[in-house]
This record gives sequence, structure tokens and C-alpha cells, in this order.
Amino acid sequence: MIQESTLEAADAVFRQTVPAGDYFLKVIAAGQTLRILDLEGNQAADTLFYNANDVSERYSSMDTIREQGNIYLTAGSKLMSNLGNEMLVIVADTCGRHDTLGGACATESNSVRYDLEKRCMHACRDSWMLAIAEHEELGFTKRDITHNINFFMNVPVTAQGGLTFEDGISAPGKYVEMNAAMDVIVVISNCPQLNNPCNGYNPTPVEVLIWN
Amino acid sequence: MTETLYQYTVPAAAHWSLRIRRGTTLRLTDVEGGANLGMMLYNPEDLLEKYNAPDTLKCQHTFKLTQGNCLYSDMGRIFCSITEDSFGWHDTVCGTANKAMVQKKWGEKNYQSAHNEWHQNGYDSFLVELAKYGLNGKDLASNLNLFSKVVVDNEGNLSLDAKHIKAGANISLRFEMDTLVILHTCPHPLNSEAAYPYKPVHCELMTTPPMPEDDYCLNFCPENRRGFENNRLYHFFR
Repeated sequence: MIQESTLEAADAVFRQTVPAGDYFLKVIAAGQTLRILDLEGNQAADTLFYNANDVSERYSSMDTIREQGNIYLTAGSKLMSNLGNEMLVIVADTCGRHDTLGGACATESNSVRYDLEKRCMHACRDSWMLAIAEHEELGFTKRDITHNINFFMNVPVTAQGGLTFEDGISAPGKYVEMNAAMDVIVVISNCPQLNNPCNGYNPTPVEVLIWN
Repeated sequence: MTETLYQYTVPAAAHWSLRIRRGTTLRLTDVEGGANLGMMLYNPEDLLEKYNAPDTLKCQHTFKLTQGNCLYSDMGRIFCSITEDSFGWHDTVCGTANKAMVQKKWGEKNYQSAHNEWHQNGYDSFLVELAKYGLNGKDLASNLNLFSKVVVDNEGNLSLDAKHIKAGANISLRFEMDTLVILHTCPHPLNSEAAYPYKPVHCELMTTPPMPEDDYCLNFCPENRRGFENNRLYHFFR
């Protein structure tokens, strides 16, 4: 569902560009609004959320899709935790559909999906491994890395049970915006994937904006 | 020739775990029809390596799991292959129902009042078995829901196909590496039966003949051949 935002970029209290292949990690306070902006189009922002006051509570793709009865995320979708609590609500979306089934790319899964020789290529899970290594204060380990949201990614499921990775439906300037229902840590891997059309074979930067 | 090593019927609303050796097949049967088997898979030598539903689905370009599919870990390896399946469509995205969901749907029937006829839920069942290996809810991810067919329409709406029930349906999992299997027989989270469904699942552990070069799972897609190569390397370097 296309839903435009009422917020002005000039009023944002925080703005940062995240290059493709980098991670972004920040605490968003309850009530704040987070926007992820697809600057050049067709980018995939692989995103995880944690309760900032108890990181054992985290975004759960399965609880989210089951509770809303739908596999796609868009304006109105409630992002649910593994404990069944609402973490964030998507309040604006100019893309129309986001994926939470496909998970993140990893060097290991790249070796299966594309070629054993692709293991060396940079992948989202590696960005997260660096994020948890560089933020020891959070106490994260690989156990904490779970199934994520792929903002701006299109992964349709057919009635026959097929699953496909389609060319992105995003474009330059499209965004998704969500309001935090609790204090959350947001961890984004801005996807460096070069092997599939999720980002048009051309990883590009995204921008993160936050409003009070 | 295969030889049955052990058989056990897991009662309804129960949980179990076992370490299954590479080269063993686990055949599961929905005895009465309408069962749901929740399952998670871990590497017993590295409990951080676990079943990964997104990797399993996307590398085989499928939303449903059936014969020919392999069940992948987050490390690009194959825990087990689905060598036979008379059911046809198993779910791995809906997760498992917790205590609050089960109470809301079917009312509270706790152990104190009903003993083994209680309304046990899949989430607590997983927690109980995980704790035996030093694991907890942080180690859970999207689990398998065997014998539950979940379909998606063009708009992405999700539903359990309640008519897709086959008494006697069975699925065979051929283990390609040593695997810690955690399972429960609690209802699927989308089950909308009026009464809490009590359905047992029969388990049979069998020896497995060596995999032939023309094996169906190995040749199901080029990705699976590379997954088996990752397994070969894993066993080679151990």
C-alpha cells in the first residue's frame, strides 16, 4: 500500500548515508520515526531489530507474517518480536512491498546459490558479524543474528508454492518509514549482493533519517 | 536394503529430541491425519549452526518443502534430504504457537488439571528440549511444520489448507551430517479446529544405502549439488 509521509527531511534529528556493503547500528527511542531511503533505487536494506532494554527480544519474521496473515510488509504492517510484542509499525511506504521471507545473503549460502567460488564475496551476514564484533558492549554473538527484513526487496510466492527473486520494485527516492513502539536497536546491512537482481546487480547507498 | 533401527510413536502434544547420525533415515508418519510436527535442526558439534529456512527456500526457489528438497543450515550445508514424501507440501515460515495463542484459541487446559491431555504449546515444548543442550529461545529460528500445508494467494495472504490431510502420510529425511533434532507434536499456529487437535506422529529410524550418483535430491537443482559438496568438504576437514 502506497502511503506518503507527512515528515520533512529538514526536520529530521539525524541523517546518515550508509554505503553498500556497510552496516548501520543505532538505538531508536520509543516514539521516534525511522526512515530508510533508497537513494539510487533497487537497493536491499537487510534489517534486524532488538529491544534495546532486553536484546533477547528481537524482530521475528515468522511471528510478524503469521500475526498479520500476510507474507509482504507495507504501510500498516506491525513488526512483531519473538515474544509477540509490537516493536515498530510501518507508517509510510512509497515502495509498496517489502520482503521478510528471503533472509540475508551469506558467504556460505552464496556458495550454494551461485558458485562455490563465490564464497569470498562480501555478504550481509559478514556485515552483521563485523557489527557484533565492533559492538561488544551489546553482548551480541552469532546466536543473536536471526531472520531479517529485506526492505525494498520483492520476493513473490506463487499459488503453486514457488518462490522467486524479482527485479526490485523500488526506485530512486522511494522510502519506508516506521514508528518505534519500544526502544529498539536497529541493525542494517546495506546489501553488497552482486549475484542476483534484488539490487539490480548494482549495490548502492541508502540514507537513514530519524525524527522525534 | 534398509534396516529399521528403532521405532517410536510420539504422542500428541509432546516433545522429544535426538541426535541422528549421518547415514540414518528418519521416516515420520502422520498416523491419523491432521498432525503437525514442529522441528528444529542443529549441528551437535557447533550448536550455533542451525536450520535456516530462508536459505533453504531461496536456494531451491520454493516456498513449500517436499521430495527432492534439502534442509540447509546457515553455513551452506545440508542437514538432511527429503528422499520420500507422500504429503507433498510442508510449511517452514509460520513458526510455532506459544502459550497465549493456544489459550486464546482453545482455552487453558494445564498439566495440573489434565496431565498429558493438557493444551501444551509448541514454543514451550521447544524451550524444554533446547534447555537440555544449553540452548534457549535465542537459538530458535523459523522451524519446520511437517504435515501442515500453508498456501499464499496473489496478495500474499497466508492460510493453512485444512483439507490437505492424509492419514498415513509419511516423509523420509535422510541425514547427510550428524544432526541434533528437536521436535514437538503440538498444533500448527494457524490450525483453526474447534477443539485442540491431539495427533501423534510415528518415528522410524532406518539405515540408509549409500547415495547413488543419480540421486533425486542431489540432482534436484544445481544448488543442491553444491550443498552436498559443502558437506563433503565439511567431513573431509573434520
